[in-house]
Amino acid sequence: MNLKLKIWRQASPQAKGKFVDYEANNISEDASFLEMIDILNDELIEKGDDPIAFDHDCREGICGMCSMFINGHPHGSQKATTTCQLHMRKFKDGETIVVEPWRAKPFPVIKDLVVDRSAFDEIIQSGGYISTTTGGVPDANSIPIQKEHADLAMDAAACIGCGACVAACKNASAMLFVSAKVSQFALLPQGKVEAKDRVKSMVAKMDELGFGNCTNTYACEAECPKEISITNIARMNRHFIGAKLG
Amino acid sequence: MTKIDSKVPKGPLAEKWTIYKEHQNLVNPANKRKIDIIVVGTGLAGGAAAASLGEMGFNVKVFCIQDSPRRAHSIAAQGGINAAKNYPNDGDTIYRLFYDTIKGGDYRSREGNVYRLSQVSNNIIDQCVAQGVPFAREYSGYLANRSFGGALVSRTFYARGQTGQQLLLGAYGALSKEIKRGSVKLFTRREMVDLVLMKDGRARGIIVRNLHTGELERYGAHAVLLATGGYGNVFFLSTNAMTSNGSAAWRAYKRGAYFANPCFVQIHPTCIPVHGDYQSKLTLMSESLRNDGRIWVPKKKEDAEKIRKGELSPNDISEENRDYYLERRYPAFGNLVPRDVASRAAKERCDAGYGVGKTGLAVYLDLSDAINRLGKDVIEARYGNLFDMYERIVDDNPYKTPMMIYPAIHYTMGGLWVDYELQSNIPGLFVGGEANFSDHGANRLGASAIMQGLSDGYFVLPYTMQNYLADQITVGPIPTDTVEFDEAEKSVRERIDNLMSIKGSETVDSFHKRLGHIMWDYVGMARTKEGLEKAIHEIQELRKEFYSKVDVPGNPNGINLELEKALRVSDFLELGELMARDALHRNESAGGHFRLEYQTPEGEALRNDKDFMYVAAWEYQGDDKEPKLNKEELEYENIEVKQRNYKTT
Amino acid sequence: MSSKPFYSSITKKIIMSLMGFFLLTFLLVHVSLNSLLLFNKEWFNAGAHFMGSTWYIQAFQWVLFAGFAIHIFYAFVLQIQNWMARPTGYKRRAAMEQSPFSRYMIYTGTIILIFLIIHLGNFFFVKMGWIGNGVPLTANGEEDMAQLVINLFSHGGYVAFYVVMIFLMGFHLDHALQSAFQSLGLNHPTYWGFIKGLSRVYAIVITLGFIIIPLFIYFKNV
Repeated sequence: MNLKLKIWRQASPQAKGKFVDYEANNISEDASFLEMIDILNDELIEKGDDPIAFDHDCREGICGMCSMFINGHPHGSQKATTTCQLHMRKFKDGETIVVEPWRAKPFPVIKDLVVDRSAFDEIIQSGGYISTTTGGVPDANSIPIQKEHADLAMDAAACIGCGACVAACKNASAMLFVSAKVSQFALLPQGKVEAKDRVKSMVAKMDELGFGNCTNTYACEAECPKEISITNIARMNRHFIGAKLG
Repeated sequence: MTKIDSKVPKGPLAEKWTIYKEHQNLVNPANKRKIDIIVVGTGLAGGAAAASLGEMGFNVKVFCIQDSPRRAHSIAAQGGINAAKNYPNDGDTIYRLFYDTIKGGDYRSREGNVYRLSQVSNNIIDQCVAQGVPFAREYSGYLANRSFGGALVSRTFYARGQTGQQLLLGAYGALSKEIKRGSVKLFTRREMVDLVLMKDGRARGIIVRNLHTGELERYGAHAVLLATGGYGNVFFLSTNAMTSNGSAAWRAYKRGAYFANPCFVQIHPTCIPVHGDYQSKLTLMSESLRNDGRIWVPKKKEDAEKIRKGELSPNDISEENRDYYLERRYPAFGNLVPRDVASRAAKERCDAGYGVGKTGLAVYLDLSDAINRLGKDVIEARYGNLFDMYERIVDDNPYKTPMMIYPAIHYTMGGLWVDYELQSNIPGLFVGGEANFSDHGANRLGASAIMQGLSDGYFVLPYTMQNYLADQITVGPIPTDTVEFDEAEKSVRERIDNLMSIKGSETVDSFHKRLGHIMWDYVGMARTKEGLEKAIHEIQELRKEFYSKVDVPGNPNGINLELEKALRVSDFLELGELMARDALHRNESAGGHFRLEYQTPEGEALRNDKDFMYVAAWEYQGDDKEPKLNKEELEYENIEVKQRNYKTT
Repeated sequence: MSSKPFYSSITKKIIMSLMGFFLLTFLLVHVSLNSLLLFNKEWFNAGAHFMGSTWYIQAFQWVLFAGFAIHIFYAFVLQIQNWMARPTGYKRRAAMEQSPFSRYMIYTGTIILIFLIIHLGNFFFVKMGWIGNGVPLTANGEEDMAQLVINLFSHGGYVAFYVVMIFLMGFHLDHALQSAFQSLGLNHPTYWGFIKGLSRVYAIVITLGFIIIPLFIYFKNV
């Protein structure tokens, strides 16, 4: 298949970027979106142009490294799919595809489609863990956990930290990301000890970093490649109120 | 030929680790603050070690190649993690896990290390549960287990199909906690490009390339830990992540560290088959599918041919015309034979003309019996995410037609040589996780990689590194303005300038693909003397061509993905040759190393314990010289060495 | 303690939702009183009179104004911060919101604010004697609020304007109720469908309730 591409090119964080038109021809329908960009990059290199910089790593949908805002959706329009798992058979022959980087103040563009997501690391560092140290912990089966809660915690923990929720949200809010981590631990007995401090400090860090405010549009849930539920946001709100009230 | 000392403590097997800990040297809390440690890699081994060492009070600098420590490729481990907890009461013990691991590794691993691994496996589960890892649970609220290849007990703990992810996020949480506390300093998007040794031969620092700015940066420390993963990407197509590479280990090798058993490479039996030349990576379907799936090909060649042409669908093949070849050949273990056995059996069928799929390089993994027996809901709960992934990639519904699978490069058992303390022959250079060679011998059992990574990271290295560091407290901070750092940085700069100046006509990937074809054809699942000699020659030729024809565009300042790849591929072009050399010298078949000349009449791997029961530790002698072979003889005091047998128990 | 002006992002959401619930309740009372006009003028006038009869109801009026003011103030604070969170927008952005009207809350809200001012000018300010010639009187010399309403709704243009405004308010309300539940953490998979349904029903009831009255009066008098 043949495609027309409009891709955001930006040489450096300070540089002014612009959309550049490319053509990708003779692409197999079985190729992934990133493999299509690989092919395009090979052509650019042959022509002596600078290849398009983009983030990617595991290419099996779990590392959360790939990004790309494709035709108006983070990771493209296919449900529950990261860019690396998006295949060209989902596009029409001759289609024009617009590819942009994630857009949010806390995710500055580094080059082309590569953005800096270290803000997410900072949020986790502010309390997204259980403060146990290595050794000195009880036997794993000494804490039975209701299966339903363990499953819900796993649902929340499935977050890959890709930032699609922020990219999708019209407010560039990070509530889904933060609430997934808060929820995972709030649901488990091991995590309850620090639950109040955790939610307060993670929310404060999220605000400090300049993410927007949640206005319950639920675009995040619709676009999350791991289908993290907005009930996590509600749970975080509940825990936040509880923590603030004492 | 130098004999090398593994420093396994004396004493009964079960007591060795306790004896070690009771007699090791410790660093007092006030002095820990004066000690710097570099950890390269933030996967399970590196992340866990960095966090644990930080908790102890050392100053840790941790480096990762991605934008966040959470993205290390440990995250992609799907199936689970083994531990000898015996929660299901099916007769598991520490000894049995130890025994299975040694046997699975075809008697090419070190007893002392493997026993320790089995001992601490239980601590890992405790630790991870305390960290909030959401392992699967039964309705009772207690932890669930499942079975895995190469074992007769259910000892695998899992978190859906995302066990590696959850364990890594646990370690990442611990690491994040220490970063906030200030004991660990994080450096992202940095790639180690050289190891720095001081005059006294100790490892004292690294040179990294900042992948954002392109700058070369120097970091000094009292000890260096490499946890940089395996080198499976030498094959170009593998289940590894795109940035997974062998360069850190290779640079250490070129600075004098021994590289052990490089030819021991694991081919994973259940990957999605290759579909095109542009393909950039292979995707693994968790081995856990083999619990409920049955592997087959058509019994009749003409059926297979029709399937390849698209004239027949697998559902048209009646039960009696299906060859469940694993169940046929290995009645006791059936579809749950170890990975190397399953992989070779698939290759055997496809080479014999029974393969399916467009290319004929695929076999069926069929869950329809399990769906009929347990219901679609149960199967969906167990493997739903894997089925979705399969459907996204292949565009075929696995609930209706059987999945197609084929073996692919997955894991490298070989790696930098380490002793019992996980220290290489370079003092102060420690190696953890897949990057070392230590625990899996010639073949790794499923759900054991993440066990080893976390064992090394949480429970072994924090002790053994401390033992090494105990006499380093008076050394003072390590300066980075020494001649050794100058020399190392200069050599890296020269390599980069050289690559940038070639300005040839062929892309880095093109060379990488060509190397991959050589490796897959001659250093893959079935190796021969002639093939390996040919591979060595072809790799040497390819390397020459690379240095005259490669095209690395752009400039070395700032993000330059092609330069990153060129540096890695230049190392793979040397590492690939060492793998072929190692495979050529090892005149036997063992685990992942299968030489066609050495097989039983039934086509099973035929070991030569008399001549090859040793670890081959290769020593670099110079670019144009053949490497020197050092041997660490393996002694089995507690296990009777037998031919592996998965036909009967 | 918050690093953002005017409390943390979640606290702001909670204030928005609490004020929102308060205003939603008020609208319900308002539409109920209005609908008395469908029956007869006296009932409506009695209702209107009651609303101004006691000191605590009059005091409550100011609480209501405060509710509006806080809701509006925070709406603008949230929106400005949200705009600042994405300084560079997308070239192509699909409608990804699952609550469709959530995209336009600031716009529907602003229009409602303008309408509110006009609305107050038409009724409340007149009643307070701040503008206009005062409320018409009944035969008994009492204030005839009903007549004031009827006079206004006999102008077709005004009715059309009013109906459009109420529709826009309906869009605002469709998102409002369920969003307030979510903000307060009252979202559970088992009853979330009900809350979303309730929110839509509420929006439709209020919208139709407010729209029927002018249409009824207008067409009755044509």
